[in-house]
Amino acid sequence: MKRFFKANKSVLALLGKVFLLIFLSAVIIAAYYYAPLAKGLKEYTRVMYFHVPAAWVTVLAFLISAWYSYLYLKKRDLLMDAYAAAANQLGILYCLVTTVTGAMWAKASWGAYWNWDPRQTSIFILLLIYAAYFSLRSAIENEQDRARLSAVYSLLAFATVPFFIFIIPRIYESLHPDPLINDQAKIKMNIKMLQVFLSSLGGFTVLFLWMFNIKKRIIKLSAYFEEIEEENE
Amino acid sequence: MLHEIWILFKKDLIQEFRSKAAINAIFLFSVVTLTAVSYSIGSSAISNNVLAALLWIVIVFSALSAFSHIFLKEEEAQTADTLKLIAQPTPIFLSKLLFNILLLTLLLIVIVPLFIAAFNFEVKNIPLLLLSLFLGDLGLASGGTIVAALIAKASKRGALFSVLSFPILLPVMIVGISAAQMAFTQADSPLFPSEITALFAYDVVLFTAALMLFDFIWND
Repeated sequence: MKRFFKANKSVLALLGKVFLLIFLSAVIIAAYYYAPLAKGLKEYTRVMYFHVPAAWVTVLAFLISAWYSYLYLKKRDLLMDAYAAAANQLGILYCLVTTVTGAMWAKASWGAYWNWDPRQTSIFILLLIYAAYFSLRSAIENEQDRARLSAVYSLLAFATVPFFIFIIPRIYESLHPDPLINDQAKIKMNIKMLQVFLSSLGGFTVLFLWMFNIKKRIIKLSAYFEEIEEENE
Repeated sequence: MLHEIWILFKKDLIQEFRSKAAINAIFLFSVVTLTAVSYSIGSSAISNNVLAALLWIVIVFSALSAFSHIFLKEEEAQTADTLKLIAQPTPIFLSKLLFNILLLTLLLIVIVPLFIAAFNFEVKNIPLLLLSLFLGDLGLASGGTIVAALIAKASKRGALFSVLSFPILLPVMIVGISAAQMAFTQADSPLFPSEITALFAYDVVLFTAALMLFDFIWND
């Protein structure tokens, strides 16, 4: 069995990618045509099938980045630092997707793209924090110093993330619609909605992990080539 | 440990009394900000909710202008290595934090009465305002001190300190503003609304994270 996997690795990888493509296409189509509408919500609420997975992946990416930052401080391996930066890049990308889809929904539902709802505030601060992470990186020339200081900042920033996600939206009244669908953490969705929602969550998480894996491989390869170049010199 | 902190703190204090660089900068900066805010509002009537936001803007930006100095001066005078030889990282961080807290407290003692006098209004719940300012002081100082330590090691500093510390200090500001709004408008507001609890929780998170991470910044 193990031999079979090893021999057909590239074929299996290709199959996996094709499956992901079909699966995500199916999720996108299902979000528009298969899932029914929740009571009291209009057509534009279908954005939730993309907005919520993007928000979840954002937090996941920042968690992974904090983990690699911790590993860097422990092992002092520059590869870990590069992984942390790569996870933050993807995290910022998904954070932007979350902010933009949220703003579009807010325009349709509340009448304005931006009105400092607590949820909007917290996602915006997340964007600020991780944008500051990259400005810190570009300000330090020495590689080891850059890795160490940005790892510290990444961990410091991640310590504040739970505050934004869990505490601020609970102190201030938010108009964010999770009370309509997700009342007291019990998911009140129609079974068909739930199917599409969970498939979308899973599909986009796998897409993120795949993207992150590609980034990791690029980093490893470029580190390897740098080593060869140094040997030749 | 306590003795070490006290000695390091005294050293910073004596240094400060000799040059008066940080104190002069922070006081003048806050007076300038207050003047700008007060003048641009003029005599037009504004609500107490807006005043609370303005007060916190003055406080946060004055704090941002002063905090980065504490570690930068060690790097500029090239005394950071000597400091490394004579003391452990934790007492160094705590003494620097203590200094920043003292600096910001002095600033608050001057700027808050001035602000209230300049805008000529009455604070309805003074204990709540004092408590929220004190907790905000601790939060701003912990976040500001750790970022100041980070910045001192960076090669191109520029406006980096404000860029890095602002998002981390923003929750303190948001919660501080709403606590001040309560204190300015409601006489019968409770002394411990959820804002105070949140502020306290955030202070604890920031202080603990800063204390744990300082070793990694200081020892390279």
